[in-house]
Amino acid sequence: MLENAPIVPASEQGPHTIREARAQQVKIMALKMRRNTSAMIGLILLVLIFSAAIFAPWIATHDYTAQDLGNRLALPSVTHWLGTDELGRDIYSRVLYGGRITLYIACLTVLIAAPVGLAVGVISGYFGGWIDMILMRITDIFLALPSLILALAFVAALGPGIENAVIAISLASWPPIARLARTETMMIRKADYIAAVRLQGATSWHILLHHIVPTCMPSVIVRVTLNITSIILSAAGLGFLGLGAQPPSPEWGAMLSSARQFILSHGHIAAAPGIMILLTSLAFNLVGDGLRDVLNPRQE
Amino acid sequence: MRDTLLDVEDLAVSYGSGANVITVVQETGFRIARGESYGLIGESGCGKSTILRTVAGLNPHYEGRILCQGHELPRIRAREHYRAMQMVFQDPYGSLHPYKMVQNVLAEPVKLMGLGDVQRRIDEVLHNVGLGPQFKFRYPHELSGGQRQRVAIARALIVEPSLLLLDEPTSALDVSVQAEILNLLTRLRRDLGLTYLMVSHDLAVVAHMCDRIAIMQQGRILEELTGGDLRSGRMTADYTREFLTASVPALACY
Amino acid sequence: MTDPIISIRDLNIHFKGALRTTHAVRGVSFDLGHEKLGIVGESGSGKSQTGRAIMRLSAHTARVCADRMKFGDVDLLKASEKQMCAIRGRDIAMILQDPKFSLNPLMKVGDQIAESYLTHHRASKTEARERALAMLESVHIRDPKRVYDVLPHEVSGGMGQRIMIAMMLIPEPKVIIADEPTSALDVTVRRQVLTVLDELVDRTRASLIFISHDLNLVADFCDRVLVMYAGRILEDLPAKDLGKAKHPYTRGLLGSLPRLDKPCDQLPVLCRDPAWLTEPVRSLQ
Repeated sequence: MLENAPIVPASEQGPHTIREARAQQVKIMALKMRRNTSAMIGLILLVLIFSAAIFAPWIATHDYTAQDLGNRLALPSVTHWLGTDELGRDIYSRVLYGGRITLYIACLTVLIAAPVGLAVGVISGYFGGWIDMILMRITDIFLALPSLILALAFVAALGPGIENAVIAISLASWPPIARLARTETMMIRKADYIAAVRLQGATSWHILLHHIVPTCMPSVIVRVTLNITSIILSAAGLGFLGLGAQPPSPEWGAMLSSARQFILSHGHIAAAPGIMILLTSLAFNLVGDGLRDVLNPRQE
Repeated sequence: MRDTLLDVEDLAVSYGSGANVITVVQETGFRIARGESYGLIGESGCGKSTILRTVAGLNPHYEGRILCQGHELPRIRAREHYRAMQMVFQDPYGSLHPYKMVQNVLAEPVKLMGLGDVQRRIDEVLHNVGLGPQFKFRYPHELSGGQRQRVAIARALIVEPSLLLLDEPTSALDVSVQAEILNLLTRLRRDLGLTYLMVSHDLAVVAHMCDRIAIMQQGRILEELTGGDLRSGRMTADYTREFLTASVPALACY
Repeated sequence: MTDPIISIRDLNIHFKGALRTTHAVRGVSFDLGHEKLGIVGESGSGKSQTGRAIMRLSAHTARVCADRMKFGDVDLLKASEKQMCAIRGRDIAMILQDPKFSLNPLMKVGDQIAESYLTHHRASKTEARERALAMLESVHIRDPKRVYDVLPHEVSGGMGQRIMIAMMLIPEPKVIIADEPTSALDVTVRRQVLTVLDELVDRTRASLIFISHDLNLVADFCDRVLVMYAGRILEDLPAKDLGKAKHPYTRGLLGSLPRLDKPCDQLPVLCRDPAWLTEPVRSLQ
């Protein structure tokens, strides 16, 4: 210890432990989020949709598979809040259970596509050279194919079903994330703090895992949240074509498909799942926008 | 020369290949004795920062030899080579990871170098750079420029290097903060027996901090001077004279 | 001052952030005559914000209010955006710090100068081109015809800054606000750029507000200096008397600079007195 080193006093009100410091940062982010009205609307919507899906068994009024052919195509009434479909099934209950499937597909896809995209992008951006070239050409191939066609081809090969739909959509979702992560990495790797940690003898993997990935995370999180919209639409598209969830599954896209022939005469059958797809996509979009403002630490 | 710590011989750095070769540093060399403070000064593009980064080990593509304490350093450095010399960067905000708090910034080099006693080293180095223990839990965006630069200096010192490479350490700071940081660096050199290699474009700062100064132009060291030489006009190169005239402050008496 | 060109009284600028409101400029008052006025301060002193407020170019999160902010007869606070568009460039021009960021990277530099002329004068493209070439010559660029067709990334910092000066001064504004015009330049190039600026300012008899953190530079170049700290003006004195500054902040700032001719071991460090945040302005006049 050097004697007589002048101490620069810092305010005593700051955090005194690591946990306190982290908690304070989270609180600041939450406050920033709260001031953004549209993001809060999105968040509330999202909470409602997730709750409806989770508590479906308790808030559904009927069994979603129960057919009542005597009461087909009924308009909304006291017993059937959103009416009945072409087989007399309660639309409200089907929409609730359908939410479960859609959200399941969306979350599972994100859990697969995001880490894969992040890993490919970060490795590609940091090492450069022929690694970058090979990985980017692979990414380009996946990007060149329209996502729905790609998903179709995959499902056609593996057969229809929810899990295959998830894999198919993931294949189409990871390339944009890889590109984003790569661009971020290429900017970050020139930073002085990366040079500093290299001078401490860190290996490339240490730098990737502890320095580059944490810095990329905010952009990737925002991008992923915004991409969920297209994931939901792809899932609905596959369901519409009969390649995702199979009947009698109440997946929203499948519901839209079977409601097609009644769209002019009994529009309410298609309206319910259609509006739910819209609201869920909108909610994720608004939250994604809000996250973008919140997760950027340099804005004040 | 007494006990040479750093010996740079015939260093040459170029980028590009074939017809597009740009030579940034042209076969240049210098020696720094242990405990000395050596300055490299010149304008942008003269190659001073390139020399610094090459000496640090951040640029493995060079010709020539770099010797530390008599042993030639390999192009790809190992941990013990990195431990002997550390760098303080110009932009205090860019040199600290934005999402890591000071505690982690300082703990990382200790762990990477395999040195024990993490908490004691952190507390000691923070005290030496004049920051209180509360600063451990701050994030870079909560610190002022001067405080960030102190953390950067602490990070460089925590592994106990013998040579400190300073890349324009105060040019991004306010004038009043510059004086504090320069005083800190002077004190640390004296008390810890460090050797400095400092790069700057500010002649007054380099003349204040360094025992010997090398003027660079277009990748070459033109001449080596001391502060006394500068003051008495004992320079041989015209460029040095031009540089001096452009740097002289307007106020003559206060 | 009788008949000032710009007159400001009690300028206050507040920035509304996510968590708190920052009072960036506090009660700034000064007059600008036919002179070169330097505004010196460190980062956060509010000097750049003051310059931008004069041209009504503050960020949209800024709340600008003043008792008086007049340019000749025009009330800058109450002027409409249309009036301000006419004033900006033609009557009040701003020179920014780094030509890398302030010149359009996709346009030829000559075209940018010509565009600046055409914005405020009705003229043909050929005439604008002629004037741009003449302007390039007046900023001491040796081969104007060649430089006209060049893109900003192909010129050095000093030349880029002279191009920026040409672009901003071609409409012959009455007031020029230069915000750290030489801070991004090398030391040997600064003199060149300042000489060019000096010549043009004298020739067009414009007034200049020179904003910088470099006390020495401002003292050398300007006629009068305002020293700002934490949004307030602490001292207002003629440049040649800077050595006789009375305020402890100014003296402290001058004292803490390392000097070639006076070597020392430890530089005197500025001690900030909280009273500087509330004291009234001192003046030598």
